[in-house]
Amino acid sequence: MAAGKEIKSQIGSIKNTQKITSAMEMVAASKMRRAQDRMAASQPYAGRIRRVVSHVSRANPEYRHDYQIEREVKRIGYIVVTSDRGLCGGLNSNLLRRVLREVREWRDQGVEVSFCALGTKGSVFFRKYGGDLKAAVRSLGDAPEASQLIGSINVMLAAFDEGELDRIDLVYNEFVNTMTQKPVVHQLLPLPKSLDEEDEAEDAEQDDVSSGGWDYIYEPDVKTLLDKLLVRYVEAQVYQAVVENIASEQAARMIAMKNASDNAGDIIDDLQLQYNKARQAAITQEISEIVGGAAAV
Amino acid sequence: MATMQCSIVSAERNIFAGEVERVVAVSVMGELGILRGHEPSLLELKPGPVRVIREGGEEEIFYVSGGFLEVQPHEVSVLADSAERARDLDAGEAEKARDEARSALAGRSGELDHQHALAEIEAATARLRTLSQLRNRKGQK
Repeated sequence: MAAGKEIKSQIGSIKNTQKITSAMEMVAASKMRRAQDRMAASQPYAGRIRRVVSHVSRANPEYRHDYQIEREVKRIGYIVVTSDRGLCGGLNSNLLRRVLREVREWRDQGVEVSFCALGTKGSVFFRKYGGDLKAAVRSLGDAPEASQLIGSINVMLAAFDEGELDRIDLVYNEFVNTMTQKPVVHQLLPLPKSLDEEDEAEDAEQDDVSSGGWDYIYEPDVKTLLDKLLVRYVEAQVYQAVVENIASEQAARMIAMKNASDNAGDIIDDLQLQYNKARQAAITQEISEIVGGAAAV
Repeated sequence: MATMQCSIVSAERNIFAGEVERVVAVSVMGELGILRGHEPSLLELKPGPVRVIREGGEEEIFYVSGGFLEVQPHEVSVLADSAERARDLDAGEAEKARDEARSALAGRSGELDHQHALAEIEAATARLRTLSQLRNRKGQK
């Protein structure tokens, strides 16, 4: 009964795989909860600063910061946030495919492209893909600190300041809910005209911010202040994106591992059925041989 | 008295949100109080206390280690680098931090360290100032 034995050992090995995937599923579930907490914790700051910056962009100052001025795009920089590890379904490949689609569109218009990869998967990908990789951070970990990102952000901002980059976009996976994560592309710099439509609607009701023709009182002076505020804004947005991407990663991994465990279960059931059939066939054959032998005697 | 929305957020979490009568903060140009209907302003904050006076005169003190303050006629947002409720502050810790920064200054090696130590002293002193304000207020009651 050689077939029976083979099937038995195959079942054993799939059971082991299933144990691993279901353990990974549980780990991902608990990490996802923590990542969601972190996402919720840093959300107020990112939201607030976006609101303030959108007010600033609707104010009417004599001075406009470089980050607020649209210029002709000759080279665009992408800050691409990916996960450190794989086994999280199509999360990274969907995101990178989205990036490449954008890149093709820009190249068709004769615009060159640079990248900044946050997360191991992205840095590995862009090393193979080629292109101008300006900065990369590997091994962000589960709880990245803003200080890990500042170096790369500064490289991109410096390139923007020097006029090498004319626009910076941020790409990451938006955490819609546990089942859905969506790659999104946001324009970071120059500051888009409307940052937050919901917010603008709210302000329009109160109608004192939306109407132009007013300006802030700045302390110390408008230049120093906007310099600091806008750099902080970019850092906050990138940090938020990284934290959100980690929550997405864990959710995607949880779902991927749940599917893997379920599939392993299905395969085990099939193999078990095959095994039982083979065993039954062997027994039936043995009995008929015995019966045949007894009849011959 | 008319109230306005006030929210204090730090990079780590939401610190405070609610209706307030008055906000008193220390900007790089000096201390200022904000009431409803203030001109729109954008200020850089120095390390120090931010006092929030709620409706009815109840007061809360927060410590911020620098950041920005935005004023719109109907709302005030404080974007703090890091913020703490003053009653969570520890006087012993703050004094130790200040002493450490001072001794680092005494044995300084380079300009960068010097700047850093000065900033730390300022932050620690601001913490202590926040605490002494809090203590005075308790003494009065």
